[in-house]
Amino acid sequence: MAMDMTGRKLFVKALLEEGVDTVFGYPGGMVTDILDELYKHEEIDLVLPRHEQGLVHEAEGYARATGKTGVCIVTSGPGATNIITGLADAHYDSIPLVCITGQVPLNLIGNDAFQEVDIVGMASSITKYSVTVRDRKDLGKILKMAFYIARSGKPGPVLVDLPKDIQTAVGPGDYPESVSIRGYKPNESVHIGQLKKGYKLLKSAQRPLFLIGGGVNIAKANEKLLKLVEKTKIPMVTTVMGKGAIPTDHPYYIGNSGMHGRYAANIAVGQCDVLFSIGTRFNDRITGDLNEFAPKAQIVHVDIDTASISRNVVVDVPIVADANLALEKLLEWAEPQNTQEWLEQIQEWDKENPLEMRRDKGMTPQMILEQINQQFEEGIIVTDVGQHQMWASQYIELNEKKQFITSGGLGTMGFGFPAAIGAKIGCPEKPVVCISGDGGMQMNIQELATAMAQGANVIVCIFNNYYLGMVRQMQQLFYGKRYEATCLRSRKSCPKDCKGPSGNCPPYEPDFVKLAESYGACGIRVAKESEIVPALEQAKQCSTPVLIEFMIATEEIVLPMVKGGNPMTEMILK
Amino acid sequence: MMKNRWIALYVENQVGVLAKVSGLFSGKSYNLQSLTVGTTEDETVSRMTICVTSDDVTFEQIKKQLNRMVEVIKVIDLTDMPIHMKEILFAKVKNCSVEDKAELFQIAQVFHVEVSDIGKDSVLLECKMTERRNNELIDLLRSKFKQIEIVRGGAVAIESISTSCAGRAEYFRK
Repeated sequence: MAMDMTGRKLFVKALLEEGVDTVFGYPGGMVTDILDELYKHEEIDLVLPRHEQGLVHEAEGYARATGKTGVCIVTSGPGATNIITGLADAHYDSIPLVCITGQVPLNLIGNDAFQEVDIVGMASSITKYSVTVRDRKDLGKILKMAFYIARSGKPGPVLVDLPKDIQTAVGPGDYPESVSIRGYKPNESVHIGQLKKGYKLLKSAQRPLFLIGGGVNIAKANEKLLKLVEKTKIPMVTTVMGKGAIPTDHPYYIGNSGMHGRYAANIAVGQCDVLFSIGTRFNDRITGDLNEFAPKAQIVHVDIDTASISRNVVVDVPIVADANLALEKLLEWAEPQNTQEWLEQIQEWDKENPLEMRRDKGMTPQMILEQINQQFEEGIIVTDVGQHQMWASQYIELNEKKQFITSGGLGTMGFGFPAAIGAKIGCPEKPVVCISGDGGMQMNIQELATAMAQGANVIVCIFNNYYLGMVRQMQQLFYGKRYEATCLRSRKSCPKDCKGPSGNCPPYEPDFVKLAESYGACGIRVAKESEIVPALEQAKQCSTPVLIEFMIATEEIVLPMVKGGNPMTEMILK
Repeated sequence: MMKNRWIALYVENQVGVLAKVSGLFSGKSYNLQSLTVGTTEDETVSRMTICVTSDDVTFEQIKKQLNRMVEVIKVIDLTDMPIHMKEILFAKVKNCSVEDKAELFQIAQVFHVEVSDIGKDSVLLECKMTERRNNELIDLLRSKFKQIEIVRGGAVAIESISTSCAGRAEYFRK
């Protein structure tokens, strides 16, 4: 039995026992006690962001890059509501977070006290678990539960709402070593019979295909998957979150499938006779029209989450399992299959419509991304959300030395830059490149100060096309170029019926280079292809965060593209 | 096939759990018919009886989503099980004439329900019957009397001990 202690002391003890060395915290009235306790502990670094949304995305980036649990500390009321977007993002992309929100003292809950909100009520549908600590004696157990739930099974965010008087109250000082929760038993085994059935189906296939989602990356089952693919000689496509599951230059890797997937990848899904999928929830961006998804295939679905199976796509062999365990077993049985003809067919499709952007006039995103591939042999590539994200998901090359971090499920603009800072804080020895758009960058641009303060020397590559490009692309293709609310140069003086840039458009704000410099970071503007390499080389030498603004063509679009709700084989290619 | 289905749900008896369960139904657009909750022999555990209208696929998903909640201890699908299921119903009939009252007593006798209160021109019926039988009673009262007030509690169900004296959920369907 440990001595009795205050809640705040037990909280820090819990962090230390969980091996937490970095927390992301923003102060406020209801967390001052916790912060005061952290002041005494040199072994825990506190990262102070400039906005709680930046904070939670930093914690996400940190968690994805390190594999550890991201810990957030924010105050009650606005502090808590500002992390909502990040909680939803982490929930969708299975990122382990433990978020502590301060709360008004127990006797004030329900009084509409200053900075009081029912954050547990708000967050319950976007967290794996959320709870208010109502009794000091439960604090140790609840914190243990929070860490256990966040990182076990399908990882996710857990919110612990901590009233101020619980932080100061004296109670048991024990932090449990383990916890058993009767309503939560993550799956830790594989149903061998089902898996065998799935493998038998795969073996009998003439045109087998692996569809790999983010689950494989989360389970760190990459090596096993690579072995399985090589042993069976079966080609593979990924979702955006699954990208990098095996090296992208591997001969059996076709590319991403889905809305902006590679032509050959989507056709292969349409033509395969057995689709063996691991760690994906068959989200609408992957399936398109559900009736036309993989119409010739029998589908095997391995996922750790029971609720993900047979929800969107009815599958023939459902298997609830951790990707690692399933792959381990599959490797035991795997035998080479005769896929030569099928592989050649896929290569032919790829030759018909390779992934490529024009090279005739001016700098394209592809040129920039190819140079990023060249310049960084290892490191972490983080993206924001929008056109640049899809270009990156198409053209960025990954291998075991490179990691790709992106907001896949929720598609959160403003995620990229803070997530890159968090990744750099977690992995200071690795180069971290953030690819962002000019729109998304401005959603959390205040984090430049955090990057400076933390010495998180990330290289931010902004693809500036003066537009919120992804939506503008839809307006361009499906809404008669009526660019409502997507032009970032637009001013009150502009004509309402603008259908694209003219000679006398207003100037763009902000001046990203000057803005970076005002924070003490390095700013570089790149307007033509020949400047790409010198800029990246200069960036690598910098001892501060670097912001490179690439001036790309304004009306460039992401291709191929499938219109929402259409079959994935109906691609717009030109 | 769209039909009514029943679930018994063991949950942690904690603040906010009911809100989380009902929030799941609204958040995911599941069609909740009735939900009752009360404590069990173990004071840390509550049991809910839930009736939903859904097709097969959605119902499977509902069970999985409930199972996924940390506060949910156990999900039991009662739809095809031998069970005992009852619902409490109060029916207050107002503006009764003397003949009306006599008829209400007859109805109470036939339906085996209790007349639990009476006034100058009102009668209160207290019924513990199946949902279906309660519906029938309500229909009858509606057809005969103008002013009625209905309060019903939602179905409560328990798995049967001997299969012979219980019905299947199918039987209780409206």
